[in-house]
Amino acid sequence: MNEPLWLTALKALGALGITLSMVPIMVLAERRVSAWIQYRIGPNRVGFAGSMQPLADLVKMLFKEEVRPRGVGSFLFTAAPAITAISAMVMTAVIPFGGTLVLGEHRIPLVVANVDIGILLVLAAGSIGVYGLTLGGWASNSKYSLLGGLRSSAQMISYELTLGLSLLGVLLVTASSHDFGTFNLHEIVVRQAEVGLTGWLIFKAPVAFVLFTISAFAETNRLPFDLPEAEPELVGGYHTEYSSLRFGLFFLGEYAAMFVASCVIVALFLGGWHLPFVTERAEVGVVGALQQLLVYFGKVGAFVFFFIHVRWTLPRFRYDQLMDLGWKLALPLALVNLLVTGGLVAFGIL
Amino acid sequence: MSEALSFYFFGSIALLGGVNLLFCKNPVHGALFLVCSFLAIAGLFLGLNSGLLAAIQVMVYAGAIMVLFLFVILLLNLEVEPHQWMSPARVASALVAITTIGLVLQPFLFAPKPAVEAEPSLVVPPTAPNVAEVLFRQYALPFEVVSLLLLVSMVGAIHLARRPQRTEGV
Repeated sequence: MNEPLWLTALKALGALGITLSMVPIMVLAERRVSAWIQYRIGPNRVGFAGSMQPLADLVKMLFKEEVRPRGVGSFLFTAAPAITAISAMVMTAVIPFGGTLVLGEHRIPLVVANVDIGILLVLAAGSIGVYGLTLGGWASNSKYSLLGGLRSSAQMISYELTLGLSLLGVLLVTASSHDFGTFNLHEIVVRQAEVGLTGWLIFKAPVAFVLFTISAFAETNRLPFDLPEAEPELVGGYHTEYSSLRFGLFFLGEYAAMFVASCVIVALFLGGWHLPFVTERAEVGVVGALQQLLVYFGKVGAFVFFFIHVRWTLPRFRYDQLMDLGWKLALPLALVNLLVTGGLVAFGIL
Repeated sequence: MSEALSFYFFGSIALLGGVNLLFCKNPVHGALFLVCSFLAIAGLFLGLNSGLLAAIQVMVYAGAIMVLFLFVILLLNLEVEPHQWMSPARVASALVAITTIGLVLQPFLFAPKPAVEAEPSLVVPPTAPNVAEVLFRQYALPFEVVSLLLLVSMVGAIHLARRPQRTEGV
């Protein structure tokens, strides 16, 4: 825990840089994958095979006019996209990108803040992120935006319950082999790897994995749950009145949240930076750390691909279907899952 | 030094948020000032080395309860309330509130300072396992009673909110 300040600052800069540079890559991937799914070509002109397209998009966005409709309060209207983007980026602080790096006499865990409350911080930042969408919708002074904002707050409150409850099952399983459970994501990854592939929580807590993934889709407002910005009904939902870089910040926040959600799911359920069938040392040098980073981002990339694939495969839910799924199916299932997991852990089966 | 600094920083934000909540007329702004206040209180918890309490404060109060408040305010589309400064009802309620707060705070304000500060080694750090130990072992019964109370109030609220059932043949 007692690291020098410069080291923490360096790691924070690294995590932020990774997130910010992942966003354009994900945007490009989204466009290419959607083109592939729909049997189109997609952007392939700017740079090699369209690789510079996100940069061109950014420049285009920068030069657009910043429109602010009449009767819109300035502070909240400007602050709302920032809240969304910041709350997503705060979460990267507790994402464990790799194991413990040993440099000379320093032992550096590859996570910005190796704190006890790890996963709780992700949930807390996520629950603050709701304000961005809700306030953006309210401050725009437009009925479509307001409806989008209302939908987003209702949806996120509903699915936060399932998210938290499925997480409780996971924490119970990680606690079963030790004296205490832990909220620390780094520690959760280490505990999964202790028994190899069978220790990965996707196998030990499959129901929790499914529920957590569904809730993650709802929390990041991705299709099939992107009701807050449903174009056919609400024009653009909460960001109807936003243009230029203010819209860009919402966009950034959405993709950053998707990246962080993938990171959290990989760390919680898919063994983090560990490869299956390979026993790794707990502490590694520079080469080992790079390999772990590569494995981690490979898994995250695969999950991001899953996110994108789902978006271009499934149609959007109707609003009442969304609420039915959340309250009448996912929530009771999460409760039953918690009960069963608790029973299995209590009788020493898991 | 830095501890005192963070205390005064977060403390003043919490107080300012509370005062602004009282004096602002727009209900949405009021809710947001309250959120600011809650976040600052989470900062105070962090200053006390209790990350768990800080996270719970943000999750439960700032994240869940206030989002629900905001949702209801937006759903009812509350108007900005007209300016009214003094009315008998307001004065009376202010007096009652101040008296209540005074009565609650009175023992703390006038209590003699403890002669001996608590041994630092005896203070249990508020980590998650320690909190769980106290909450679910030592005070398990009161904890369950409180949860039962919440359940009862929830059932009561649902009963009150339900529309009366239509009788057959009407």
